[in-house]
This record gives sequence, C-alpha cells and structure tokens, in this order.
Amino acid sequence: MKNRFDDYVRSLDEDVVRSVRASTERVFSARAKTLPEVFDDVDHARRQAADVKSYVLDNLKPLLLKLEANCAKNGVTVHWAKDAASANRIITGICDRVAPNGGTVVKAKSMATEEIHLNRHLTIAGHTPVETDLGEFVVQIDRDKPSHIVAPIIHKDRKSIARSFEREKLGPYTEEPEELTMQARAHLRSKFQEADVGVSGVNFAIAETGRIVLVENEGNNRLSTTVPRVHIALMGIEKVLPRESDLALFLRLLAGSATGQRLTVYTHFIGGPKKEEADGPEEVHLVLLDNGRSRVLKGPFRYALRCIRCGACLNGCPVYRRSTGHAYGHVYPGPIGAVLAPALDGVPKMGELAKASTLCGLCREVCPVDIPIPDMLLKLRSEDERNRTSEWTWFGLAARSNLLWKAGLKLLPMVEPPRGWKEFREFPRKRVDFRRWWRGRP
Amino acid sequence: MKVRLMLSCLCDAVYGEVGVATARVLESADCEIYFPVAQTCCGQPPFNAGDWNAARAVAMRTLEVFDGDSPVVVPSASCAAMVRHGFALLGLTAPRQCYELCEFIVNVLGRKEWGGSVDPRRVALHRACHGRMIGLRDQQRQLLKSIKGLEVVEVGTPEQCCGFGGSFSVTHGKVSEGIGLEKLRQIEAAGVDQVVSGDMGCAMHLQGLAKRHSMDIKFVHVAQVLAEALD
Repeated sequence: MKNRFDDYVRSLDEDVVRSVRASTERVFSARAKTLPEVFDDVDHARRQAADVKSYVLDNLKPLLLKLEANCAKNGVTVHWAKDAASANRIITGICDRVAPNGGTVVKAKSMATEEIHLNRHLTIAGHTPVETDLGEFVVQIDRDKPSHIVAPIIHKDRKSIARSFEREKLGPYTEEPEELTMQARAHLRSKFQEADVGVSGVNFAIAETGRIVLVENEGNNRLSTTVPRVHIALMGIEKVLPRESDLALFLRLLAGSATGQRLTVYTHFIGGPKKEEADGPEEVHLVLLDNGRSRVLKGPFRYALRCIRCGACLNGCPVYRRSTGHAYGHVYPGPIGAVLAPALDGVPKMGELAKASTLCGLCREVCPVDIPIPDMLLKLRSEDERNRTSEWTWFGLAARSNLLWKAGLKLLPMVEPPRGWKEFREFPRKRVDFRRWWRGRP
Repeated sequence: MKVRLMLSCLCDAVYGEVGVATARVLESADCEIYFPVAQTCCGQPPFNAGDWNAARAVAMRTLEVFDGDSPVVVPSASCAAMVRHGFALLGLTAPRQCYELCEFIVNVLGRKEWGGSVDPRRVALHRACHGRMIGLRDQQRQLLKSIKGLEVVEVGTPEQCCGFGGSFSVTHGKVSEGIGLEKLRQIEAAGVDQVVSGDMGCAMHLQGLAKRHSMDIKFVHVAQVLAEALD
C-alpha cells in the first residue's frame, strides 16, 4: 500500500529521529513531574478545563460578541475573518496603511499565522516579515517549516543551526547555544526597532474584560507587541475564555503540559493601546479567525476545538517521535493534527492522516482538555473509508458465518501475510488449536 | 462462578496455547467455563481499519453469540476495550460484563494474589495500551508478582506503545518497525529471560520483529505464566 507518511519516514535521517526523541522525552518527563506538583489531582484539573472549553464551544457566539464589545471599550479594534484569505487581507491591509512603502513586520510565534501562511502574503504585499521566536527565526532563515507546534525546530540539532547562522553571517561560527542566542538577539534587536507593525498570536482572550493573554519564554512577544506602533493579534475563535479567573487553571495547565514549567517565563495581559504611557503601541487589532472552525463546531470533531496547543500529545506519541512533524504534511502535526488537519481541510484531502496512529490512547491520557483524540481518529478513518472497497469485506463476511470462519482458519497458514507485515516481520506458526483441545476434553 | 470464554480471533487463529492456558487459569479459580463455539471476532480489526460496516456486522454477531448474563472473560485488553468502548462508538449497546483476564481475577473474583511457583526467572511485563481504555492498571503485575520464582522488572518506558496498532502495522510498516525496535532494544538491554504480554497482538508484532532481527527474546502471554504457576 502506497503511503506518503511511511515513505517520508523511510527517508528520514536516524539522527533527526534521535534528536526529536530525546527532546520530546525530556519535556514529556518534565510534564509528568510538574503537573502533580501544581495540581492535587491532575485528572480532575484536566476535566475541569475540558468543561470550561466545552462551555466556550457551546456558547461561542455570545462569548465572541462579549469579547468584541469589551475589546472596543479597551480601544482594541476587532476584525472578523471568515477564512485565511480574509485574515490575510485584513492584516496586510493594516500593514499597507501603516507602512505604505512596505516595511519590517516583526512576528511573535503563532500557529494561527502559520495556518493562514501569513508570511507569504506579507511578502507578496511588499512587507518583510521577521520571525522573532528563536525557533521560528531558524525556520525562516532555513526556508523550512516548523515541525512541532511548541518547539518548531525540534528536528534540528545545534550543528545545523550553527551552520545556518554562519551562512546568514550572523556572527563567527559557534555551536554554543548561548552564543547562538546572543547572535540572534543582536540581529533581531534592530528589527524590533525598525518595525512599524508587530504580529502575534493569542493564547487566551478573555470575554469579560477584553484582555489578550500571551505566554512565552523568550521576551520576543513582549518586544513584538510593545515596540512597533501597531500590534495585530490573530486568534482562532476557539481561544476565547469566559473569565479572567479561568486563567488560574489554564495558564498552569498549558505551561505544565507544554514544557513542564509551573508558569511560562512571561505572561502578558494586553488591555489595549497605550494611553498616557510613554511606550506601547498606538493601535491594537484583534483578528478573529474562523477558517473552518464554525463548520468543525457543528460536526463530530468539535472536541478538537478545545485544544490549547500545548503539544503534550505530540511529545508522548510513539508515532510522532518516530516520524517527526513534517511527516504529517500539515501545520498541525501529531495526534491532534491528525484530527485537526482533516477536520479543517476536509477528509478527502487529509483523512489518511487519521491512520498514522497506533491508537495507543496516550494522547488522550495527557491532553489538558481531555480531547478524545483516539475516538475521533477512529471516526475519521470510517469517514475516509466510506466510499472505498475495503480489504476487510471478506473478513466481515467470514466472521459472520461459522462455516466460512472455520474454512478461513484452515486456510490461514497458506495465505501470504500482507506486504507491509512481511517486509518487517516474520509471521507466527500455529502450534495449538484451541477448538480441537476444547472438543477433546473429558 | 459461571463465565463465558471469549478466545479472541488471534488466539483462535494462531495462539491456541493462550486459550488453553486461559481456560486452565479460570478453572483453577473455580470458574465454570462455557465456550460459545459460534464466536469469531469482536470486530476490532475492521473497526480500527475504518471499515465500520464490516465492524458493525461482526460486532452485532458477537453480541448475539455472547447474549446473556454471566461475565465474559477474554485474554486481551484490546478485545475487552472494543466491546466496552468501541461498540458504543458503533452505536451498539455494549454488554457490561466483559473483562480482561487479570482484571476479572482481581476485580471480580477479588483475588489479590495468584501464588504458586515457577522456575526462577526475570521477566518484563509488556503493558498493552488498550488497557488504558478499560482502566486496567496494575492487575497483571500484581498477580505476576505473587508468583514464587518470578522477578518482574520494569523495562524502559513501559507507558509507550510497542508500535503494533493492528492495521497500522501494515499501512505504516516503517514507523511500526521503528517503534517496535526501540522497545526490543530496551528489553534486550534489560537482560530478561522472558517478556510477558497481556495481549498477543503486541507479542506477535514484537516477536516477529525480533525474529527478523535475530534477537533472542521469548514472549509468553500472562495466562501462560499463571497456568504454569499452577503446576
């Protein structure tokens, strides 16, 4: 059976697999250590968070309207983008107005901007997007793609980063992480200063106050959202939370699940453009991105919209660890990606991803919002197979007839195992026949 | 107690010795076994492969064959998970009393120990992932640990899957192989005499891989060890 996913894995360098495995194992054990320190009952916290997100999904429209109203009170302009094209139009439109001759747009790490391929659209419009998250910066100079939703360069080792920095003339060749970071810092500092616009994602937006919440560890979000004259935040509509008090749960669940931190190094609460302060942006825009989410909300994969993008399901997944994010061929990789990609882009296009799972169930066990990922993968498989003739038809028939079943058991030793089996493994030989033994008992 | 034995299609087709051991184990625990000969498969293979029409038809037959009140016991967490969880996803009403063998011994029969003795050896227990779906925790280990002569050791990352995944092992053979080899290397490094698995699906995959790579690793089902301890 031809399989793009498996073919990609065949082409993978074993060093890449080793480094992905080491990094995911490290954060995954940090998660397992931290969460029980932060929560008396981790499973209870996960279910509580799932309940809050379910409430959000059940009341999405009124919550978004409330968010919009409170943002307006704060002086934040809210835009509604029904799809990627409209979000790109809104964002490039603002950039065009602020910098009519084009200019630098600094970007904080955001999966939503990856989803709409914002960089490409900004570039076409004559602007120069600059990724300021260290990982995303490396992705950008390498013309690569992120392979993890939290750690975009988890597939790279420091040698390859060192070579990229040398090629870009960022400083003398070094493999020391601290020195490489300082080189990026020096390079990016001037970008923050010259940029007219900063673009960020949104981790949470609070309906009751209209505040935008961002978490990060590097400080580049702080600079991207405060130094340029204009800040544009792009958020998937499912990221709204009802109350500020919900953050006590969500900030800790997110940090703990994603990186094993009790809290991220920075947590930003953005309440609007500057007022009397000396610094801060003059304009703040919030772009609400639908891009298929309303449709997903109405269907069987709505639970996937609870996702807070922590990456825990990627880190624990045996398939992700072996295959890396690029095997999935979508901005959202891993178990949640195998649900989100077909849910958002359609089963005909991405449905095959649902088969890239052993259904081991670890993803659900660690999901901070208790998304039933394995159940949805199964459902997606059934949708993907709906219009195909299945190789299981014969099995279904045999398993319903004593005669056929017994004949099948007799014939089995003569049947060739499938290619995907025998390429890698031997097939066992039957030694004991249970039915015969059972019949022959006194 | 009257129980009905669900063999699992894998033990029906290949691993009859696991069925024999399961029957002996249950009988030694004072269970009166009824084996419905019309049983075939729970429907999980086509269910996982996405052919829900075939899966539903097979599952409905399983429901007919196992219609009744006495507990159904199967030497596989995977089949038990299919009946208790998968049937509901197919829109079928699941019989409540379907148990994995060790789960049944500990939770239903209330045995905290198995006892008996075997020839001294070090074994690794391989946890089948589908135990997660039925809340199977430590029952297998608990029973094994009470057997004299058996040293049960923790190997590598026990919470990680072996890479079998049913049809996944065929459609994504390369990924499946990679995950399985990691597991086998951990087992090899631990220097155990045997690997005890609660599910023959994992064991078939790992054993087949080990053989291909000329690794000398022996696999048995937990029922076989429990039965051995009776002798």
